[in-house]
Amino acid sequence: MILNDIQTILPEMLLAIYAMLALIGVVYTGKDKLTGPLTWVTAAIMALFALWIGTGGESATAFNGMFVSDAFARFAKVAILIAAAAILVAGAEPMARRGLDRFEYPILITLATVGMMIMVSAGDLMSLYMGLELQSLALYVVAAMNRDSLKSTEAGMKYFVLGALSSGLLLYGASLVYGYAGTTVFSGIIAAATDGELALGLLIGLVFVMAGLAFKISAVPFHMWTPDVYEGSPTPVTAFFATAPKLAAMGLFARVLFDAFGTAVSDWQQVITILAVLSMFLGAIAAIGQTNIKRLMAYSSIAHMGFALLGLAAGTEYGVQAMLVYMSIYLTMNVGAFAFIMSMERGGKPVTEIAALNQFAKSEPLKALAMLVLLFSLAGVPPMVGFFGKLYVLNAAVQSGLTWLAVAGVVASVIGAFYYLRIVYYMYFGSSEETVETPMSPGAWVMLMGSAAIMVLGIINLFGIEGAAAAAAQALVN
Amino acid sequence: MSVADFAFYAFALTTLVGGLFTVVSRNPVHSVLWLITAFIGATGLFVLLGAEFIAMLLMIVYVGAVAVLFLFVVMMLDVDFAELKAGMAKYLPIALLVGVVLLMQMGMIFGTWQVSDGAEAARAAVTPPMAEVENTAALGMLIYDDYILLFQLAGLILLVAMIGAITLTLRHRKDIKRQNVMAQMHRDPAKALEMVDVKPGQGL
Repeated sequence: MILNDIQTILPEMLLAIYAMLALIGVVYTGKDKLTGPLTWVTAAIMALFALWIGTGGESATAFNGMFVSDAFARFAKVAILIAAAAILVAGAEPMARRGLDRFEYPILITLATVGMMIMVSAGDLMSLYMGLELQSLALYVVAAMNRDSLKSTEAGMKYFVLGALSSGLLLYGASLVYGYAGTTVFSGIIAAATDGELALGLLIGLVFVMAGLAFKISAVPFHMWTPDVYEGSPTPVTAFFATAPKLAAMGLFARVLFDAFGTAVSDWQQVITILAVLSMFLGAIAAIGQTNIKRLMAYSSIAHMGFALLGLAAGTEYGVQAMLVYMSIYLTMNVGAFAFIMSMERGGKPVTEIAALNQFAKSEPLKALAMLVLLFSLAGVPPMVGFFGKLYVLNAAVQSGLTWLAVAGVVASVIGAFYYLRIVYYMYFGSSEETVETPMSPGAWVMLMGSAAIMVLGIINLFGIEGAAAAAAQALVN
Repeated sequence: MSVADFAFYAFALTTLVGGLFTVVSRNPVHSVLWLITAFIGATGLFVLLGAEFIAMLLMIVYVGAVAVLFLFVVMMLDVDFAELKAGMAKYLPIALLVGVVLLMQMGMIFGTWQVSDGAEAARAAVTPPMAEVENTAALGMLIYDDYILLFQLAGLILLVAMIGAITLTLRHRKDIKRQNVMAQMHRDPAKALEMVDVKPGQGL
């Protein structure tokens, strides 16, 4: 029996074993001197695992239902692994330039990735929590990686304290759910939630669990930590925060809502709707006043999470599909945009001021063009793929009768377009001051250009992720 | 009132009073001592419930190790608790509001007390039969058999915590004199001592 279980969880297990072996190997040999090769090997292994998980296709549950491997989990895992590998590749050189090329970084990222894979495969409140903590703990550490910078340690501390608070909320909710359902396995909870009306204790437990998860995806009103943590962490770490963990938490959110409370859609739909509306508007409006591009990306990610929540708020299979497509597009855009932001510097010092991009298009027309495409896509300007992502979630909301929500989404999207276009304005028409330099490693260059190219070429058929997302959504909802 | 009832009220009161004074006492060392009192009360409650293994665990790990560690931390770190509490009056109204809302919610939950039909059976289904298996063995069967995945994941989390602690605190400073054990061991009196014949009135 245990052999079947191990076979189901094999990718996670092997990745964890790889992280441990790599840790031992590097500690006893070259330590920080081996960071470069280690980063590349880790990225390559993650890409291989993505390929393996993407092509293997047997759905099974393991460990008494605590671990679920289905099409939904596989879709999320492939996206998480690819995003993590891409950020490692793009961030390797900027980390080294800032003297942060420590060998613990790729290992912690690998362990965080294992946690995320457990999260999206969770079939039980306990494995949910374990995966979440494994991920979060590794992220707290990498946020404070730059120990000599006050802002970085502040970011790590803030993230840790508020993360602990959100874990407390989540655990409180989980204990209520356990108390009133009598079990922590999702299949048992859904059975308990099905007979008759949802018990009040179960409902309040669900709300607390949702509050804890909303913190992880930084949905308003649980977003306060995001701008500070994004600003303070080293930029490659910020890039990681903005990509893979967001998808993992979103996948976990969907899993809890549909696997454990799929029969009580009307009960959680209103909560998700409020989270979505608040996130979209706060993300769009608060970003306008920002002068720091990392803070701006933080508010941008808050707004994007609002849009992804629109898909969940629909409460349908199509909604989950829309959410997955939206998140995949969001990951791709952010990898490219952050590959650019990571490289911004002036005289060897990292720069994060938006105004520093003045007249950037004159010195580096190609990079400016790629950034223009990515920003247009983030804003949801029609010919780019980002627009189709937005269209997808809005469509899902309209189909389940939430037309007012879709209208709100469009309004927020128009407000949000302002600040993306402002960056474009600075790059092309800003006053002619000294502009930034963006020395890039070939890896980061490929990420920037590749993601910009995807944003243009993807309009043909979105590279076929729709079909995979549809299969994933079907596996989750039914 | 039977002996068990009396014991329950005694332990429950100890726990509550301990918890209350942990929060309100001005001296942080006293807070830790009250916390230990609360732990001991909780230990008694666990014994009454028949969970003797967890009771012993609470006693040995929490009272014996964690609380003492707290005590050391509180005494060693120079934390100005008066300053920490300075903002208390400012935030008290909103804290009270949140507290009251939470209390009302709890009242609502416990007031209706509407547990799903299968909950009792589902809870009991996990545990091995209490009459045949004793406490420690039952816990072992659950942790190392049914919940092996969670156990291993907890280990992984601890590994991350360890890596994190080392990454964030261990730093090799270059300008600091360090102990070199080999150099120390290979010292011998012949090299360490030098006999100098100082001539009177000249010095070295």
